[in-house]
Amino acid sequence: MEVAKLTDVTRVYKIGELETRALNGVSITINDGEFTSLVGPSGSGKTTLLQLIGCLDQPTSGKVIINGKETTNLNRNQRADLRKEAIGFVFQFFALIPTLTAYENVEMPLLLNGKSPAERKQRVMELLAAVDVANRAHHRPDQLSGGQQQRIAVARALATNPKLILADEPTANLDTENGKQVMDLMQKLNKETGVTFVFATHDPRVISYANRVVTLQDGLITNDSKA
Amino acid sequence: MMNYFKMAYRNLGRHRRRTFLSTLALAMGTALLMFIAAFFQGEMRSSMETTLRLNTGHLQVKNANYDPDKLSVAWEYLIENPEQVAAQIEALGQVQSATPRLLASGIVSASDESVGVQIMGIVPDSSANDPYRDGLVSGDFLTADDREGIVIGYPLAESLGLNVGDQLNLLVNTSEGNVDEQKFTVRGIFSTGTTSYDKGVVFLPLAKAQSFSGATNHASMIFILLKDREQADVVAAAIQGEGYKVETWRELNELLVLVNDFSNAYLTIINLIILGVTATVIVNTLLMSVFERTREIGILSAIGMKGRQIIALFLAEATLLALSGITFGSLIGWALSAYFSKVGVYFGDLGMSKDMLLNDRIYTELTLDSAINLIVTAFIITIIASLYPARMASRMEPVEALHGAQ
Ligand SMILES: Nc1ncnc2c1ncn2[C@@H]1O[C@H](COP(=O)(O)OP(=O)(O)O)[C@@H](O)[C@H]1O
Ligand SMILES: [Mg+2]
Repeated sequence: MEVAKLTDVTRVYKIGELETRALNGVSITINDGEFTSLVGPSGSGKTTLLQLIGCLDQPTSGKVIINGKETTNLNRNQRADLRKEAIGFVFQFFALIPTLTAYENVEMPLLLNGKSPAERKQRVMELLAAVDVANRAHHRPDQLSGGQQQRIAVARALATNPKLILADEPTANLDTENGKQVMDLMQKLNKETGVTFVFATHDPRVISYANRVVTLQDGLITNDSKA
Repeated sequence: MMNYFKMAYRNLGRHRRRTFLSTLALAMGTALLMFIAAFFQGEMRSSMETTLRLNTGHLQVKNANYDPDKLSVAWEYLIENPEQVAAQIEALGQVQSATPRLLASGIVSASDESVGVQIMGIVPDSSANDPYRDGLVSGDFLTADDREGIVIGYPLAESLGLNVGDQLNLLVNTSEGNVDEQKFTVRGIFSTGTTSYDKGVVFLPLAKAQSFSGATNHASMIFILLKDREQADVVAAAIQGEGYKVETWRELNELLVLVNDFSNAYLTIINLIILGVTATVIVNTLLMSVFERTREIGILSAIGMKGRQIIALFLAEATLLALSGITFGSLIGWALSAYFSKVGVYFGDLGMSKDMLLNDRIYTELTLDSAINLIVTAFIITIIASLYPARMASRMEPVEALHGAQ
């Protein structure tokens, strides 16, 4: 089944007179259960592509279909709803809310989805255990290591059982050991639950985890290979 | 709902100093407003009560020809047999007291100095004269049959160096248009607490004033106090008569009534200015907060928080700021008002005209009504002002918001 399907997508950034073609006619289909790596040099359009798949941004032209649903004409609120229900995000920086504890950060998407307190509690504890930070549940991000923070971010992305998780250079700010832990975790979740992952990276060790590698160059897909 | 407040509370805790300062600004604004409101209210009430009690009463019955500016005691301007008229009026149920008064202009001199005064002939026993009787600082009040006694105000006694028992010379403009003069002995010295009134009036028993000025069996007015001043129109209608005019306190104090009404508008403007300033402080705090938290707003938006939820988050912060600032400020404002309602604020003689008498000391007066009004207004203005930064946060594109962090 297709989780995401992009057809002839372009994204042009305009800053004053200056136009940057971050994506220049990209078509790609992400299937259920894939563990896909987006690779390419810095500036090739990886982040832009993830943002379009994730409905954080809208293409200048082309179509973005998520879970069979055309998203190009959705308004802000409808896109927020779609993200809330169907997509999880992991960012390069450890994007936790600094005033909330690990527990509360993971709970946030469940709150937004209107889950009951009992459901929330059970799910959060389950997730924190799965990413191995259950004993840090009531710590704030600044009391946690980068690896722990990123694992909590993964837990948060998984909270509402989305079909698709998008990760933008999730290990770029981690040391080798912690980077490995996070990748092992994502791979394990992919195998056990079948959740689809797309992650951008230019770290060869990370690429080796992928079962599909999509290469971007100057806003175009130059190679798409399945392992 | 609870979660917005939880997050808001923690966000405010991130910058304790800033939170404290903006809370303080709001608190000071609220306290100041409350005090100003209490002060105005006290001032307006005092000036109304003082003016009615000392100067105009609730109703006055005069000869239809009477001209208050002339203080003339020519018969054509006066009421004949005033005791009879007063007694009839006093028989009315709504009337507390009705008493004749004769007003004449005169000059008091003692040693080398002389001062122009209003001579008031009064029926000493009438309860309408309680403010003077109760205000005696030395000596005794007049008796009806006293032929040589006079009661004067404290500021006048001071400026002429007069004590009880001293003699003064009084000159009067008579009914025939001449002047007459006679020595009087100071029986008592009074103070009503309103210097501008006390310094310009001297009291004689009505009978003496009548014979001295040539008014004989006439008086300038029947001075009437009612049990309830709102009954003035009803009572006025009941005592209309040929050749008389009846004036109510509203007609007699047009200026004061106007100032009173206007003072509310004036107070509203002051409120809006002060609240505008404090709201700016709050808006500023929230704006800083929005700019600092662009990235967080981006994250929240990315995980599906909608615009109105982001607005709610910032409004929750504004609400907490408003609640603590306004509560704190109300307590201070209330304490200040309570203190000065006992002690008063001394202004001395502001040199007001007789149309608008003011006690030398103004006592603040905070009504529950105006306090609640203020608290609600302050709260609403703060929240409305906070909508601007809150909406700004809600309109950030998640990508833009996340971008700043990369
Ligand atoms: N918000 C933006 N405004 C202007 N230009 C942008 C913006 N985001 C990305 N770009 C430009 O688009 C191109 C692709 O960027 P990006 O998708 O971030 O690449 P990558 O993630 O592969 O490094 C780059 O040239 C970048 O400078
Ligand atoms: Mg990138």
